[in-house]
Amino acid sequence: MSTPTPFLPPQTAPSAETIRVKVDGRDIDVPKMMPDWQGKLQPTTMLQACQLAGVEVPHYCYHSKLPVAGNCRMCLVEFGTPMMGPDRKPVLNEDGTPKIARSVLPYEPGTPRGAIACATPISPGMELYPSSAATRQMREAVLESLLINHPLDCPICDQAGECKLQEYSVQHGQATTRFVETKVHKPKVVDLGPRIVLDDERCVLCTRCIRFTRDLVGDDKLGIVNRGSYNTIAAFPGTRFENNYTLNTVDLCPVGALTSKDFRFQMRVWFLKETPSICATCATGCNVTVGSREEVIHRLTPRENDAVNGHWMCDHGRLNYRWVGRSDRLAEVQVRLSSGDLQRSSWTVALDRVAQHLRKATAGSVAIIASARLTTEELFLLRQIGVRVGAIMDSVPRRGEGDAYLVHADKNPNMNGARATGVVGAEPGSQLPRIIEGIRTGAIRTVLAFGEDLVKAGCPAESLGRLEMLVAGDILPNATTARAHVVLPGCAHLEKRGTFINAKGRVQRFRKAVEAPGDARPEWEYLLDLHRALGGPSGPDNIEGLFHWMAREVPVLAGLEWSRLGDTGVTVTI
Amino acid sequence: MIVSRKPLSLAERFYLPAVANGFKVTWRHFRRTVFEGKTAAGETAGGFHPEVPWKVEPGYRGAPYLVRDQEGHTKCVSCQLCEFICPPKAIRITPPGPDGQAADRKNAEKMPRDFEINMLRCIFCGLCQEVCPEEAIFLQKDYSLSGGSREEMIYNKERLLALGGTHSGTQKWKHKLEEAKAQEAFPVKTP
Repeated sequence: MSTPTPFLPPQTAPSAETIRVKVDGRDIDVPKMMPDWQGKLQPTTMLQACQLAGVEVPHYCYHSKLPVAGNCRMCLVEFGTPMMGPDRKPVLNEDGTPKIARSVLPYEPGTPRGAIACATPISPGMELYPSSAATRQMREAVLESLLINHPLDCPICDQAGECKLQEYSVQHGQATTRFVETKVHKPKVVDLGPRIVLDDERCVLCTRCIRFTRDLVGDDKLGIVNRGSYNTIAAFPGTRFENNYTLNTVDLCPVGALTSKDFRFQMRVWFLKETPSICATCATGCNVTVGSREEVIHRLTPRENDAVNGHWMCDHGRLNYRWVGRSDRLAEVQVRLSSGDLQRSSWTVALDRVAQHLRKATAGSVAIIASARLTTEELFLLRQIGVRVGAIMDSVPRRGEGDAYLVHADKNPNMNGARATGVVGAEPGSQLPRIIEGIRTGAIRTVLAFGEDLVKAGCPAESLGRLEMLVAGDILPNATTARAHVVLPGCAHLEKRGTFINAKGRVQRFRKAVEAPGDARPEWEYLLDLHRALGGPSGPDNIEGLFHWMAREVPVLAGLEWSRLGDTGVTVTI
Repeated sequence: MIVSRKPLSLAERFYLPAVANGFKVTWRHFRRTVFEGKTAAGETAGGFHPEVPWKVEPGYRGAPYLVRDQEGHTKCVSCQLCEFICPPKAIRITPPGPDGQAADRKNAEKMPRDFEINMLRCIFCGLCQEVCPEEAIFLQKDYSLSGGSREEMIYNKERLLALGGTHSGTQKWKHKLEEAKAQEAFPVKTP
């Protein structure tokens, strides 16, 4: 993730020099040069000028982060350029305005001719007519041509509802077809790779998928085979389309040709509630949109944030959501009775018991293991509690394989949050051996484990039995929750609000997509209660207030406001 | 124009003519029912509901049921448009998902895992039938639905298909498949 690749191009500002053009009769000054897919400055195109003027130009093959192909012809726009006399001087109208020559067919001057807006640069004085009758006519013709062999199987197509072909057909299409011949049939339900299904009949041959995997990922696996109307997207013979970024082609595909095997036939997209959130699979913190219906998560899709993940995310992170809805989630507050059995209890009783124990505990006999999967606010509260009871604190590092694109080697989404709040020192996990040794020798008699399994972290299960008090706040049952004296059911990050600080120090806010099961409460809520029970200030009751309290106390976050974070975050220096 | 009101007579002020006329009507019905054995229901519908079922005219909007095609296959492809359009949210479809059972006919790819209509919620508006792109759901002639519990009134896929019967349609998925098969052989046959 060090050097910018075409995958994540540098964020380049458009040139300061502007060109005046007319879009639908309105004058607008647009930058002369704008960044292309690699972040290099290139002459501004007609499509970009129209976008700046707030006029949408329909397109399939053009994508701001892919090389321009110009093959779908949907963005054809009629235009005019200032007329030039034989003396190379502009020809003027009677009122002194420059005379505009409309684009026409060279061999048939009466017929307007368009240019593809995605690949035609603008010139000074140019007039664009993206809403003219001729432009509309060209779009209708292109759309009719694209629909000639389209199977129209929208009822069984996962893309229905977010399909550009459907949308533009509503705007520019015709109600009936004039095509009386038999449609060309192509392969359906093609198994392209472990996560992708291809339906060649639906394809409009925009080649977005080919360009993405060839030019951005560098895994050249897709191409077009056969000729003419038999053009077909296919994986090269003997290869499978299986890199870690294949599912981005499903988002890129403007039609339903490429669909996700994971999301296949799960839910129609118009039922999905979309919540802006963050992927918590690694420290990159890709921005995602969570699609859920009736408290069930159906898919994650990348959300555009050029400072973090561009338009993309990895397949592994995208598919890492099923555990949130697992049936064995911890959903009950449990307290161990003197008989040794865990019994269902209430939040008041459980937190009371923890607070009473912590008040009596001597400094140095308490350890807090705070997962770097918790939100920054929760880590901050744990730090406050830790300081109050004189606890040894640490987090469990998770290292894995990273790549040059989006996957980070640090598999904790919020280790920088733990660093910023002081839960861990410079070397995360350096206190762990001391804590485990302390548990074994009996020097540590109270352990609060939040989101981490101590047994997995290296603490022998039998030494956990020697603890006077083991509090486990977790989401899924594990060896620690099975031995805990108090079990506090928590929330996945998709079930609460909060912030993560990613590997680059970007503070990113996420929202609540679904409800947590049973008694489970967001950790920050009950940690606030616990902090108060231990004599802490009454403090805020909501996440905004908690964030502002944290921003006052934590130097790294000084001056930040919850509302200023927006949906794309703010970068801080860790 | 002002209509002058005729002053009422003493008898009229005591409602005597009105009462007499009322008795006349009552007596007429009494006589026809008891002595001549004639009833309004008997004359129009041939008897009383429920002994004699009401004759349902074509176009009547009764309970919506799922239909099968002429080959006995489920026509519904689980597109969930009816679930979306249903004003009282009476329809609930469980899509097959990635691992679900494939459609019971070739080329359609998809059919619902479950399809529930809560007949207590249904308002028989017919929007599901209108919106269906597959001609898979029709408002049929059942107008008298009863059940012993609320659960019993939620009809599932098997029940809806059993009640719905058959509707012969164009079988577009089958034709598409035949068309595609014909293209595998050269020269291509055109219709």
